[in-house]
Order: sequence, then structure tokens, then C-alpha cells
Amino acid sequence: MNDILLGLAEAARLIVSFDPELIEITLRSLQVSVGAMVIASAIGLPFGAWLAINRFRMRRVVIALLNALMGLPPVVVGLIVYILLSRSGPFGVLGLLFTPTAMVIAQVIIITPLIASIAHQAIRELWADYHDLLISLNTTKSQRIRALLWDGRRALLTASLAGFGRAIGEVGAIMIVGGNIDHATRVLTTAIALETGKGEFALALALGFVLIALAIAVNFAMHALSRTERSGRW
Amino acid sequence: MVASILPLHLTGLEVHRRGKRLLGPVSMTLKGDGTTVIIGPNGSGKTTFLRALHGLERCTHDAAKWQADEETVRARQAFVFQSPIMMRRSVQDCIAYPLILAGQGKTNARAAAAEWAERVGLSAALTRPAHVLSGGEKQKLALARALIRQPELLFLDEPCANLDGRSTREIEVILADARQSGTRVVMSTHDMGQARRLADDVIFLYGGLIHEAGPKDAFFSAPKTPETRAFLNGDLLP
Amino acid sequence: MKRSVILGAVVSVFVAGVAAAEEMKMAVTTSFANSGLADVLLPQIQADTGLEVQLLIVGTGQALRLGAAGDVDAVLVHARAAEDKFIAEGNATHRREIMYNDFVIIGPAGDPAGAGKATSADEALVAIADAKAPFVSRGDDSGTHKKELSLWASAGVEPTGDWYRAVGAGMGAALNTASGMNGYIMSDRASWLKFGNKGDLALLFAGDPVLFNQYAYMPVNPAKHAHVNNDAAMALEGWLVSDTAKALIDGYTIAGEKLFTFNATAN
Repeated sequence: MNDILLGLAEAARLIVSFDPELIEITLRSLQVSVGAMVIASAIGLPFGAWLAINRFRMRRVVIALLNALMGLPPVVVGLIVYILLSRSGPFGVLGLLFTPTAMVIAQVIIITPLIASIAHQAIRELWADYHDLLISLNTTKSQRIRALLWDGRRALLTASLAGFGRAIGEVGAIMIVGGNIDHATRVLTTAIALETGKGEFALALALGFVLIALAIAVNFAMHALSRTERSGRW
Repeated sequence: MVASILPLHLTGLEVHRRGKRLLGPVSMTLKGDGTTVIIGPNGSGKTTFLRALHGLERCTHDAAKWQADEETVRARQAFVFQSPIMMRRSVQDCIAYPLILAGQGKTNARAAAAEWAERVGLSAALTRPAHVLSGGEKQKLALARALIRQPELLFLDEPCANLDGRSTREIEVILADARQSGTRVVMSTHDMGQARRLADDVIFLYGGLIHEAGPKDAFFSAPKTPETRAFLNGDLLP
Repeated sequence: MKRSVILGAVVSVFVAGVAAAEEMKMAVTTSFANSGLADVLLPQIQADTGLEVQLLIVGTGQALRLGAAGDVDAVLVHARAAEDKFIAEGNATHRREIMYNDFVIIGPAGDPAGAGKATSADEALVAIADAKAPFVSRGDDSGTHKKELSLWASAGVEPTGDWYRAVGAGMGAALNTASGMNGYIMSDRASWLKFGNKGDLALLFAGDPVLFNQYAYMPVNPAKHAHVNNDAAMALEGWLVSDTAKALIDGYTIAGEKLFTFNATAN
């Protein structure tokens, strides 16, 4: 209990003093997780929509697979990405291992199924609603997907934010592919793991509180952004 | 003048669902002008018939013969559903959507949408979200959206069900205007007064089949079968 | 197409942030990083040689894997047998001893097993095993873990049973566990001194030469991995065996206690 109070106090001290290291790793956390969210959304949202409006033989299998992939253990993803990006691996020549880019790649793999699955659920409902109209208007498949993505954007924002939430709190994969290198790939979660390992619970908790505050701030910011939009009233 | 997609010849059109025949066999010709009103008791197949003609139902292959290729046929008709489907957009964007799909620029499409909103009396609601409109306003929006591409053929499935007298009158005026400007209207209704006001021809569907059809005056003044007579009298049909 | 554009944009953002200084990557063990010595050495290395040494803090096993795969330019570890194997497989050009620290035996301040009264490491472990007092083992195949296992072997004790808890975690996490269950544990001195969650634990036994822990530096073999920064690795080695390094390493203390002893020899 006392540790939690100490953690809160330490968090307050770090924030008030604009601790440069804290700012650095916080920005890197944001950079990696937002990057992963943007890329994963660019893949997952259209895929979820495509899956909602298409009927094909393996559809149920694909959906079951997608739902299963939502539970991918990050450590396993990290290990696989590590092996792929390792100098001895197939993509070693790119020299991406232990860079923020590698961390983004691992997180994209982790959160894309989550984003696609939530998007699929949301779009499926909207499609049931729009089905007759869009067929009647003689739309092409890509026009349908575009209309559904645009009109479902509030629900899809939730999907993206769920992905962001998983990314920003993730440690297992980015620890392996990023390496938690000071001033290069250290982010909030890996720093928390490091400080916990040292038994520095107050500092670890302080970073944890910063992480939680950051996640909340990003969620509020995204919702505020979507609300300022003119036609965003539903 | 672009060549017409009508007349439409139907030969043995049938719609089946889960092994049950919902409609047909229907054989008839839909000529190129006027307003056809489909009447009949609940479950007689009115909605299925309209949807089949519009291509929303899987039906007998090759039963429908149009005068143009499929793409033209699809592009030159529109459908107004009984409960209008509102997209999550503003009234203006909803009405403009078919033009956007057809490749028109956003500015043009929105200007045309504003014009159509004015014609159907929705000018004041242009920037409101479509789904907060009243039932009558939604139906008017659906009409404007259907008419904005100036379709040759317009289907309406009980467009005035659940509307009050005033909204019904407004919609009938719009439909009469559309007919005047050459749109071929095919609609279903439960309202015999509406059928008399709008129809040139009447089709009486009963049990998924065309029981009786003909020009309005002859149909209403001298129905040929006891079932038609009973239906027009408001008796319950078995 | 779209995807690659976005990926490219993301990559360029990151690349733009990279500093101009020459970088090299070195895999080090958790215990070394936790000691805090790196925080003293790295700024001086950068000042003297212009090298920005990026540390990958991992277990010994993983450090050697990173070296073997060519993902780092050098490794600094403490597990003699594994190091010799690493050299034998051609993963490094050579092995250079730098310094040593020592392991200590930690336990509840009350010392129910009486390990503190022992005169050798063997005796201390036998006392713990005889008392069946809870003992936390790293259990992660790390250098420290291997050292611990070799000590059990030389004490003639088979560490099995409820009292022996292999946690499969790093030094800090294992110390946390020991603190939580008020058990015994073998730790490197640095990790112990730096550890912030001591609770009721105390240092009970130390000083037996078998507890000394030799650190060795190995540059990854450029003949095997052409891309490794061997020049930087050699420059770093040169610095690590220098008098500057000796002064910093021997002078490093925590709570007034000296942690490391420099023992590199000139070539």
C-alpha cells in the first residue's frame, strides 16, 4: 500500500519536474504505439469491412482464426519477429532489429487481428442495416467498403483505440525486438519491467501511472477530435 | 434520348426461399409509361415482387427480359423501401450519395442534393443527421435520394405506410410530379384511396400470383373475380 | 501500396531521430546492468572514444544467442563454460577478462538455517538444504543460475523439493520473490546492494573465493558476420582494459562497498 503512495508521489515529482528521461521514453512509447495503431488500422479496418460484406467458403474459418489471433501471446510474436529480423534471419539485411521500427512491426502483428475483429463486428451490424440500400444503388464492392468504413467511423475509432490500448501496455514483444536500449528503444513498459527487476517499485509504479495517464489522455484526445467533426453527431 | 430499358417482359418469374415458393410463376409485360399500383393482402407477395423486379431477390434465371444490358438496367432504376434506410450522414449527404457513386464531384452532388431537398420540402433539415428525421421526412429523403439520378423506373414499397395524411399527400404530389416528368412508377400500397389517386394500372396479387390486373377504371368499377371484389370491399380473404 | 507508404513514413520518422555518433551494440547480463556500473562507464566511453554503446540487457543465454546471430557487436558476460563454447564455435574472435565481482548468499535476517555461521559456500548451502529453508533459484539458465548449480554440485546436494523454488526470472525479480517469501537466495553483490525491496532480507555469507564471478568481453567475429562493427568493438575493448577503466571500475561503490575488481591484463 505504502509503495503505491510512494509511486504516486514519484510520478507527480517526475511529471512536475519535466524529467527529460521520462519525456523521452513517453514520447517513444507514443511514437511506437501510435505508429502501430495507424498501420494496423490501415490494414485491419478495411479487412474487417471486407470480411463483413463478403460471403465465401472459408469465411467462418477466417473469422474463427481472426478471433484466435486476438489472443496471440506477445512474447511469441516478439520471438518470431526477432528471428525474422535477426542478422541471421531472412530480413536481417534490413538492419531493423533493436530499432523502434522493429517494435512497430511486432505491435502491428499483435494488434491488427484485434482491430480487424472489432471492426468486423461493428461493420457487420452496419452492413445488415445498409445492405438493401447499397445493393439497390448498384454499388461496387469497394464503394460499399468505403461507405461502411466512413459511416461506421465512430465504432471503428473504438476498434483503433482498443488496438492502441493493447500496444501501449504491451511489453513482452517489444522487449525482445527492441531490446530496451536506453535512449534508443526504451519505452514506458520496458522501463517499468526494468525498474521492477531492480526492486525500484516506487519508480516502476510512477512510470505505470504515467502510462495509464497517457492512455487515458490519448483516448480523450481521439474522442474530442472525432467530436469536433461537423457531422460527428452520431 | 437514351434508349429505354422498358418494356420488361416476365415469363414464369418465380421466387423461392428455403424450398418454399413465395412468388409466381408470374408472366406479364411492364410497359414504358404510367404508374402501376400493386395491391393485395399481407403476405400476397407484393414486397417480394417489387424486390424481384429490382434485382434484390434471387429468382428464376432468364425470367426477366429488359431492353438493355444489365449494367444500364441497374443504373436506371431506384427503390424506395417501406422503412427507409438512413445512412449515418447529414440529410444533404444522404441525398447526394447516389450522385457521388455515379462519379459526380462532391460540390455538384451536394448542390443537386440541396435542390432535391427543396423539392421534397427538406430544405430546413439539410445539415441535420438523417436518422433524427420524422417518419414522413425520412420517406421524403428516400424519395429525393431515389429521384436524384432521375431514374427511368422507380419502385416504391408501401411508401406511405405509417404516415399521417399530410405526409401522405406531400409524397403523392412528389410521385405525381415524377410521373409527369416521365418516370415509370411501380408501387405497392394498402391504401385503396391512394391506389385510385395514383394508378394508371392496377395489379392484384393474391397468394404469390397475379390474380387480376388491368387499367384503373375497369379494375375498380368492374372487378372480375369474387376474391378481387371481396378484397376491394374490405372483406377478409382466406 | 498504401501500407508501404505509411511504413516508409514511420521509418523515416525514426531514422531522423538517430544521432550522428558512432554506435555499437553490446549484450550484457542483467546483473551487470543492475549494478549501475554501466551508468558510470558509458558516458566516459563516449567522451574518450566517441562511441555510443547501446546495451541490450538480457540473460547470459540470450546474450550469447544475440552474439551468435550477429545482432550485437560484442558481449560482456560471466559464464566461463558457455564462453569457451562460444569461442569454439567461432562466434567471437577472442575472450578478454575484464573484472570480477562476487556472489553473496542472502536470507532472512534471523537466519533460521544458520547459513551465516558457515565457513565456506559449501557449508552454507548444506545448512540451507538441511533446514529445508525456502531457497529461490533464478532457474533461467543465466550465468548466475549456472554458478549456483555448480555450487550445489560441489556441496554434494541435489537441490530438489518444496523448499527449492526455481522462478525462471532475472536477478531483480528473483530477489523480489525471495523478499516476498522471506527465503534464501544467491545473488551477485551488485544486484543485492542496488536492490530496493530488501524487506527482512540480509547478507548472510560472502567471501569464499569460489563465489568470485569473472566478467569477460568477447567481440563478435567479423569473419562470421561481416556487418558487425568490429572496429568499434576493438576500440571499446581497448578502453575497457585501460587505466581509465581500471580507476572507474575499482572506484565504483554502492553504500560504501566496492563491487568490482579490475583484473584485465595487458596483451
